[in-house]
Amino acid sequence: MSAFIIRRLLQSVVVVAVMSLLVFVGVNVVGDPVHMLVSPEAPQEEIERIIRDFGLDRPLYEQYWLFVKNALQGDLGRSFVFGEPALKLIVQRMPATFELALVALMMAIVFGIPLGVYAGIFPNRVSSKAIMAGSIFGFSLPTFWVGLMMIMVFAVMLGWLPSTGRGDTVAILGLRVSFLTLDGLSHIFMPALNLALLKISLVIRLSRAGAREAMHQDYVKFARAKGLSEARVVLVHIMKNILIPVVTVLGLEFGSLIAFSVVTETVFAWPGMGKLLIEALHNLDRPLIVAYLMIIVLVFVIINLLVDILYSVLDPRVRIQDAGR
Amino acid sequence: MHIRKLAVAAAVSVLAGMPMAAAAQTLTIGLGAEPSAIDPHYHNLTPNNATSAHLFSQLVEQDEKQRLVPGLAESWKPINDLTWEFKLRKGVKFHDGSDFNADDVLATVARAPNVPNSPSSFSIYLKGKTFKKVDDYTIQVSTEKPYPLMANDISTIHIISDKAEKATTEDFNSGKATAGTGPYKFVEWVPGDRLVMERNEGYWGKKPIWKKVVFKPIKSGPARVAALLAGDVDMIDDVPTVDIANLKKNAKLAVSQGVSNRVIYLAVDQFREDSPHITAKDGSKIRNPFLDVKVRRAVSKAINRELIISRVMEGVALPAGQLLPEGFFGVSPNLKPEKYDAKYAKKLLAEAGYPDGWKMKVHGPNDRYLNDAKILEAVAQMLSRIGIETSVETMTKSVFFKRASAGSPDKTPEFSFILVGWGSGTGEASSPLKSLLATYSKEKGMGPSNRGRFSNAEVDKLIDVALATVDDDKRAAALAKATDVALGDLQGIIPLHYQVNTWAAKKGLKYIARTDERTYAMGVVKQ
Repeated sequence: MSAFIIRRLLQSVVVVAVMSLLVFVGVNVVGDPVHMLVSPEAPQEEIERIIRDFGLDRPLYEQYWLFVKNALQGDLGRSFVFGEPALKLIVQRMPATFELALVALMMAIVFGIPLGVYAGIFPNRVSSKAIMAGSIFGFSLPTFWVGLMMIMVFAVMLGWLPSTGRGDTVAILGLRVSFLTLDGLSHIFMPALNLALLKISLVIRLSRAGAREAMHQDYVKFARAKGLSEARVVLVHIMKNILIPVVTVLGLEFGSLIAFSVVTETVFAWPGMGKLLIEALHNLDRPLIVAYLMIIVLVFVIINLLVDILYSVLDPRVRIQDAGR
Repeated sequence: MHIRKLAVAAAVSVLAGMPMAAAAQTLTIGLGAEPSAIDPHYHNLTPNNATSAHLFSQLVEQDEKQRLVPGLAESWKPINDLTWEFKLRKGVKFHDGSDFNADDVLATVARAPNVPNSPSSFSIYLKGKTFKKVDDYTIQVSTEKPYPLMANDISTIHIISDKAEKATTEDFNSGKATAGTGPYKFVEWVPGDRLVMERNEGYWGKKPIWKKVVFKPIKSGPARVAALLAGDVDMIDDVPTVDIANLKKNAKLAVSQGVSNRVIYLAVDQFREDSPHITAKDGSKIRNPFLDVKVRRAVSKAINRELIISRVMEGVALPAGQLLPEGFFGVSPNLKPEKYDAKYAKKLLAEAGYPDGWKMKVHGPNDRYLNDAKILEAVAQMLSRIGIETSVETMTKSVFFKRASAGSPDKTPEFSFILVGWGSGTGEASSPLKSLLATYSKEKGMGPSNRGRFSNAEVDKLIDVALATVDDDKRAAALAKATDVALGDLQGIIPLHYQVNTWAAKKGLKYIARTDERTYAMGVVKQ
């Protein structure tokens, strides 16, 4: 087990190193942040001062070397636009995004698994077909459009939910979270559902396929033959077996929920990291973009690692295979 | 029956009125762009300056038409060619209760040009000025050369308390150092989420009507409109042009509009014999046609400004004939928007020796100005109609401006024909003249945004004279003359239109539109 983790960790370090180079070079060869930031009335001399201040007059390899040196000490650079450390800005916005992603993940599990298992056990019912047809919409409709439609219907026409922003927050262990207040819940419901829609559809499809497959397995037939109740057969025997792919996929998807909440955060003006990234891209705030991408790379690497470990806990075959190597 | 109906109506209106009364003191504004800091000297950028105007005051302030009005200085005047004197207002208190006097001004001018990591510094307004305290309520500012724009420059600088001279940008962002003399006090800033302020009951000027103001940044246009429709915000700025017609029809809303100081114009290459994006129709090299003033005039004549405004801009723009709309200081009374006349344009082209036109690629940003890419496409079609085979390439602003300013290998502008805009920060004609039409010179700091490299000795001289003339009338005349020569005679750039900005609010509210495109809670009035 520990050999397995160590090997995975080493792989992760290589991934992070390669990504840092790709991201840094990619972001630094595009456009020119100075012309974005400086007042158009500024004379040429002022523009040159900013170029010097930001270190943009140095060759790219030197800039990268400086970035790596500082990054190893936990300093991912200072935002051009905000003048504050990029890491601090991102960490400030992190709770909002994690909260949104977590609620969306919960929704994916709470709605997705029961609906999918239902559709898998009773594949011929009209309701099952409706669920599957619905999941196609969840896949194919663009998030941006669905978000706006939700705002139009629930906020503008019906007036049930607020259209924008994050609600009241309370501090838990120093983190400001909004899902514990009523106002916060009313604000988070729409963006979280919007973000979760695709994941719900994904989980429905996965658990349906899993349930369909498991239904015909010998152990299910045997469980039935033993005279176990249908509820026990479904909840224990079938559920346990379909959870493995669902956990793997959801783990990876959690990463993408965090990384790609950009669209939802923009539509709902949710003050999270995604909105910060969009604005950074807009202004070409290079240190902030690089820091964000590096953090996302780290998040993905860590989640992958956790999923692998969780996987080996859920499925003994993985452990045995690994020990045999 | 009738009475009961009335009673119900009354009860409903009372019920509906109750939360209204409590909420009426609070104003929530949905902003298209958020400030990057609360520090008033950190970033010279429209949203930042708008925020600072709530929390701080300037010695001289700009009203909604950018005319100069007394702020913390009650009066100012030149006492000789090189020195201006400002008489400060007495009895003004900072939000923390301390008194305002000349020491605070000195602290401000010491800090403002030197904020670390500033992406666009206020040093450009303070350079070459020496501040001297005469007594607690008199400040003298001297320069090496006569400097007529003193009050305009001073009006960009927000005054902080001398206690905050050493404060960092973070200290202002957290509110620790944010005690100004403005109409609103800082309450809290959660970047990306909200900026909250409350009324300064001891404000020295006209007290604003809103007790509490909440700014919510909502960057996405449709989402901003939806937030207004849903009643989550009381007012939004930067209304997307496609929504304006619908919002105007909505009986629950009120739309406010006003022309801005921003002109959208075309700049053409006037410094290269062989311009990179211009060829003959068969692809062979030709001499850059824009070196001929007749060609530049022909392009201006070939553009149907009214059509662009009605179809592309949905009516929210005014046709432009010069650098600033009528009513601004230093505009020319002689220049009117060019009338569309394609026939005459063709004739001019023929006279200049290009009867069959040529082939050209035009460039512009696609996320900087209202409908920028669409305007450029319309212009290209109109040029094709007079025989100039035009193709369009638009790109994101962060790429565009670099290439447009210094994209060639020798760091000169890369493009032959571009669409850009200019907003006059000082609210008078010297700003665009100096930046767009003065000969490009790094040493003199002139023409930094002159991307076509228009250059004319007479225009340069007139601008120099204007910038050294303290007398307002004479300076206005010099600026108007410079505009007449640069645009009227020589068509140095081709103005298209002035942007009109749109704010939308709940019925019963009205926004006093500002030419500098800023959104002020002080400008939201009840009707």
